[in-house]
Amino acid sequence: METNTNIPQNENTQTSQKIKMECKNVDLFYDKFQALKNVNIEITENRIMSFIGPSGCGKSTLLRSLNRMNDLVEGCTITGEIHLDGQNIYSPQTDVNNLRKRVGMVFQKPNPFPMSVFDNVAYGPRTHGVHNRSELNNIVEKSLRNAAIWDELKDRLHKNALGLSGGQQQRLCIARALAVEPDVLLMDEATSALDPLSTSKIEDLVIELKKNYTICMVTHNMQQALRISDDTAFFLLGEIIEIGKTKELFTTPKDKRTENYITGRFG
Amino acid sequence: MKSYKEQIWQTLFLIAACASIAAVALICIFLFTNGSKAIGEIGLWKFLTGTTWRPGNDIYGILPMIVGSILVTFGAIVVGVPVGVLAAVFMAKFCPKSIHRFLKPLISLLAGIPSVVFGFFGLSLLVPLMGDLTGSNGKNILTASILLGMMILPTIIEVSESSMRAVPESYYEGARALGATHERTTYTVMLPAARSGVMAGIVLGIGRAIGETLAVIWVAGNQPRMPKGLLKGIRTLTANIVLEMGYAADLHRDALIATGVVLFVFILIINLTFSAIKRRMQV
Amino acid sequence: MKNKPLNKRDLSISTILYRIFTFLGIALTILVIVSIIGYILITGIPNLSADIFAWEYNSDNGSMMPAIINTVIVVLLSLIVAVPLGVGSAVYLCEYAKTGNPLVKVVRLTTETLSGIPSIVYGLFGSLFFVRFCGFGLSIISGALTLAIMILPIIMRTTEEALLMVPIGYKEGSYGLGAGKLRTVSKIIIPSAMPGILSGILLGTGRIVGETVALLFTAGSVAAIAADITKSGRTLSVHMYALSNEGLHIPKAQATAVVLLVIVVLLNGLSAVVAGKLTKSKDKESK
Repeated sequence: METNTNIPQNENTQTSQKIKMECKNVDLFYDKFQALKNVNIEITENRIMSFIGPSGCGKSTLLRSLNRMNDLVEGCTITGEIHLDGQNIYSPQTDVNNLRKRVGMVFQKPNPFPMSVFDNVAYGPRTHGVHNRSELNNIVEKSLRNAAIWDELKDRLHKNALGLSGGQQQRLCIARALAVEPDVLLMDEATSALDPLSTSKIEDLVIELKKNYTICMVTHNMQQALRISDDTAFFLLGEIIEIGKTKELFTTPKDKRTENYITGRFG
Repeated sequence: MKSYKEQIWQTLFLIAACASIAAVALICIFLFTNGSKAIGEIGLWKFLTGTTWRPGNDIYGILPMIVGSILVTFGAIVVGVPVGVLAAVFMAKFCPKSIHRFLKPLISLLAGIPSVVFGFFGLSLLVPLMGDLTGSNGKNILTASILLGMMILPTIIEVSESSMRAVPESYYEGARALGATHERTTYTVMLPAARSGVMAGIVLGIGRAIGETLAVIWVAGNQPRMPKGLLKGIRTLTANIVLEMGYAADLHRDALIATGVVLFVFILIINLTFSAIKRRMQV
Repeated sequence: MKNKPLNKRDLSISTILYRIFTFLGIALTILVIVSIIGYILITGIPNLSADIFAWEYNSDNGSMMPAIINTVIVVLLSLIVAVPLGVGSAVYLCEYAKTGNPLVKVVRLTTETLSGIPSIVYGLFGSLFFVRFCGFGLSIISGALTLAIMILPIIMRTTEEALLMVPIGYKEGSYGLGAGKLRTVSKIIIPSAMPGILSGILLGTGRIVGETVALLFTAGSVAAIAADITKSGRTLSVHMYALSNEGLHIPKAQATAVVLLVIVVLLNGLSAVVAGKLTKSKDKESK
């Protein structure tokens, strides 16, 4: 099967923006099953990259490789290189916990810890050595503000986070991820479990966040990809079929399979 | 239309279902009516708060035994809970499958050891050992606490482990994604999330420890007086009953039954706490 | 909170402490298990001689044979009472009682209460009720009835778990063929729950064999084979209690401990194996 033939010459570099993360010839196996085949991708700073494709196409797998969450899966092996600011995150010297501090993640289902709102947000900073109370207070407030949920939660900072609504929980999880001041934020179908109103709040938030962060998201919702992402990669059976600026990919797809997918003919 | 036979059997099953209700009712009735004789004669307050137990003079105060039971149970918790919870953490989060397959039956084996064997082990190994270490006769609160701590270990481990395994994996991923180590995630997210299960295990352990008889009478010294130190002997409620039941008569005998009633009330409170925690876990 | 360089691997002190404590916890647990089992085996095995299995007990041989026979009798009697009640009760709760039936709640509460009652309270109750009130005296039957109540929750719980695991298709198949409730229960449900019931019986047997205090007040401690069930007789655990309490026959007590330990461990292990079979066959079913 042909790969990468339709990838346009990297347009992003023309805007002289910095490449934040880069995958080089990434192959990934779950035991004998090959989930990613020779993936090459560049993720540019302060932009939103979305991964689209049918279920099981490898888009979540790639996302979870970017902060090495796949390390937690038994029988998962990966070859090739993934770089963050030019450093290979799969080199044996890499400390995954320092990596994950810099590449944060928000999951499909909101997963706040069963503790107070404050402790949820403070969990990351505490993990990375911040124990000063006033400093923590500042971080918590700033993160909740950045996640556009401060006003809703400022009076219930010490209430259990499991009592929040689904949409609030997810924004809390975003705040929790922001609290460690990451460079990159990975979002794995972060709105798929939410109602439309919460979804649109989070979409607005994501657009706001790209000023300071590089964002990479997996979505099943093509409208969402079109609405908020700058770049889009289309995955099929573990391969990247097409990658490019979102508008161009959706209006003038270069590959027949991309066109079939975005026009809803399968997947 | 149900046949005759169906009806009869359904009734029989119903009767069987009522057996446990009947058993609890009978236990309550017989213990409380027999226990109230002594309590009525001695006076509830005097019985519960009297610090002297001298059946020869018809003086029956069980406060020393109540304190004794509480002390050794508390001691067992202090000894057994930290070790048990840490071991449960190991079993649930640190243990490779191959080792788990071997350790799990070993721990249930510990749970299955009869208390007479436990007591014998305490009497013939632990007591002399503690005697040498502390320069006393070795039969004291500390020894009883250690032995009871060992006894409740499997209860704590089994209940805590299964409740840690029931914590959603998404919490684990969430913490790891923030850059927390496996160890930190386990202790600061997973273990706190399993705390009601761990509490349930502790309460079960308390019930086992306070009701234990044989593992205590041979190692605790059995002196019916207010405890004066960790290395002093003590008598528990259970020991009080077993030691004197064989020869007691009249009021003395009734006072021993009343001792059993006090123990029974403790157990009922512990059971209720346990079911309350379990119910809260299911919500 | 500065970003640390990616390739700086640092093990924080807290991580190391967490690890040390975890390993300490499991190491102490293993130490406890090994020291108890080891001590019992090492001191007991050399004392296992032929005369402690002699048919007659006397103060010289300290034979455990009468106690073993009494144990078997007590086990059988308790099971005869507890198994029909426990299984019947579980069948009623799982198959007959409608959801929301208040009886179910009460039965669960009382079963939980029963399983939390310590042996000494059972002993007291047995001596008040069976020994005195019913007039059975210190006898095998008083002891067996007391223990039957004690193991009732075990039989009930394991049977219930097994009944819940019977695939719904089996029941539907049976009802679909026009079989009545009773026929379905007796021909389909109970047979397929048999391993669970058996595992409960083994577990209950283990509990009876290991029980001491409850029997002390109900079956007494006569060191001979009970001529009939209205006579007193000591079981193996009571025998061991008596030996070590007297302090005169420590080697005999050590040998008895080995026998007791082996029997109880075998029973519990067997029970786990049987119960494991049940879950395995259930797994196959669902595949």
